[in-house]
Amino acid sequence: MFNRDRWAEILEAMNANRFRTLLTAFGVFWGIFILVLLLALTNGLRNGVGADFGDFATNSMFMWSQGTSKPYKGLPKGRFFSFKLEDVEVLKDQVPELKYVSPRNQLGGFRGSNNVTRNEKTGAYNVYGDYPEFIKQQPMDITAGRFISYSDIGDKRKVAVIGVDVVKGLYDIDEEPIGTYIKINGINFLVVGTFKNPKSNGDQEEEANTIFVPFTTFAQAFNRADNVGWMAITAHDHTQITNVKQRVFDIMKEQRTVHPDDDRAIGHFDLAEEFGRLMGLFSILSLVGYVVGGLVLLSGAIGVSNIMLIVVKERTKEIGVRRALGATPWNVKSQILLESLVLTILSGMWGIACAASAIWLMNFGLSQSGPVDNFANPSVNIGVIFIALTILLLSGILAGLIPATRATQMKPVDALRIE
Amino acid sequence: MIQIKDLHKSYQMGSNSLHVLKGIDFNVKEGELVSIMGSSGSGKSTLLNILGMLDEADLGSYTLDNVSIKNLNEKVAAQYRNKFLGFIFQSFNLINYKNALDNVSMPLYYQGIKRKERTDKALHYLEKVGLADWATHLPSELSGGQKQRVAIARALASDPKVLLADEPTGALDTKTSYEVMELIQGINEEGKTILVVTHEPDIAEMTKRIVNLKDGRIIDDRPVNQILAKAHV
Repeated sequence: MFNRDRWAEILEAMNANRFRTLLTAFGVFWGIFILVLLLALTNGLRNGVGADFGDFATNSMFMWSQGTSKPYKGLPKGRFFSFKLEDVEVLKDQVPELKYVSPRNQLGGFRGSNNVTRNEKTGAYNVYGDYPEFIKQQPMDITAGRFISYSDIGDKRKVAVIGVDVVKGLYDIDEEPIGTYIKINGINFLVVGTFKNPKSNGDQEEEANTIFVPFTTFAQAFNRADNVGWMAITAHDHTQITNVKQRVFDIMKEQRTVHPDDDRAIGHFDLAEEFGRLMGLFSILSLVGYVVGGLVLLSGAIGVSNIMLIVVKERTKEIGVRRALGATPWNVKSQILLESLVLTILSGMWGIACAASAIWLMNFGLSQSGPVDNFANPSVNIGVIFIALTILLLSGILAGLIPATRATQMKPVDALRIE
Repeated sequence: MIQIKDLHKSYQMGSNSLHVLKGIDFNVKEGELVSIMGSSGSGKSTLLNILGMLDEADLGSYTLDNVSIKNLNEKVAAQYRNKFLGFIFQSFNLINYKNALDNVSMPLYYQGIKRKERTDKALHYLEKVGLADWATHLPSELSGGQKQRVAIARALASDPKVLLADEPTGALDTKTSYEVMELIQGINEEGKTILVVTHEPDIAEMTKRIVNLKDGRIIDDRPVNQILAKAHV
């Protein structure tokens, strides 16, 4: 089937009307080009928005206490309460699906007043009381020193891990922050580490403007006793946080003597759900990409089919002669089919190659101009390319099928009579 | 070689039925050179098409080399055509984007013969028709007589039992016609059975037997004293 004469004939046939062949090929080229490009753009959008989530473990939720809305066990409604440190252990015990439960406290923050000073320099920063696990939920690059450790927690050491922007704000360029002291709300902390955020896009400044201190130290130094501001909870990989969160709420309500049906007492933000919703959106977007690209490709394939019909018509007599000389219908059909396949696949490959170059150019542009909001690293994986090739193969066969059938429909005697 | 009994063929032309062949009985022995004559519409081309398995008769039997030709599907018909028959057309019907050699080797290609062997054989037949030097020329670079000789080489290439020639000299001038007939006579002398459809009496006189068709019936079937084309060239 794939002998030299076959190929020679296909090339001869395609060369016979070069301009027409080119125009036909362009339809398929354009279809696959659009398809691959659309998928790459969708991917870029997905990567961009995904980067906005930073590296935070997406199977997570944040949970905080709000005022109660129902009286319970003699307690009035509208009562404010705090989670307690002991709740963390209870949660870990009773819900084994949870990977990390990090209690957190915060000082300062958005539009906060100046709260951190060093020598004559001063600034307003977010100060968090945290447990060592937190770095596993929100990965950050420790650029020097270390993160908070359990001995810090146990000994309530006054140590701090500060973000790169804090370093910029409080230190001179050639100063080494590790081992120096900063004053947070008038209390001296020893700097043991610096960090930066690996690749978060939107809130970069905010996050690098942050100081972490041990939770226990925070509680004691800033009079929080065993109150917990909020919790960052991550589930194990094989369970969805969305599926276990109701149990977490129930336990917390019991712990804090809140009416079991009081859904407004505990606020939460389900990162997994939000993330899933967004990713769902992107799945739909890439579906749209497939559909739109596929339809453009379809019109290309129809173009090929059209031209092949004309080719068959033009060569009716030749086909008649060939059949008189002993070409079986299958000989003729496979020739036409192969011709349309070769045309589709060759132009399709060109389309893929050009789309890949366009993507490369885009990435090059992005790397030159720096990150753009909500768009990063447009790309398609090899799977998509294979899908595109499969679509090409199918459309090539489809495009050749009608002309091939047409070619052998006429009786040889009638074909020979055509002038 | 060819036995035909009571062959009928009619064409449906809109609502009218056109009865073209009205019972043909006709035999051809091996090595004969027969011309089929008749005015246009007499059914001679239809007869040739049926003999060439390009068309099917409505009624009657057709046996070629002891093989009954009946109800063939297109695939088998194509294989039989390839194996048993060589066609020579009035308008040559060479494939215009293939050179002479490739044109001649086409029947061999459909036999599935390897390229090398195919080329050797095709060259041999081109030599036979005196066009070995023109092997790499495209049909557009050949004269009418040369084209027909290439077509004859192509018809011979698969070494068929019977050559069917449909007005082989119809598109040629007298001198070239005789040259082509000389070639056909030579091939016949080597033992090949040949049927020639023509309406030119002088061409018919160069065969060994004339079958006259009129209105779908054979009205005359007589042997002739063959006139050698060589004498006229």
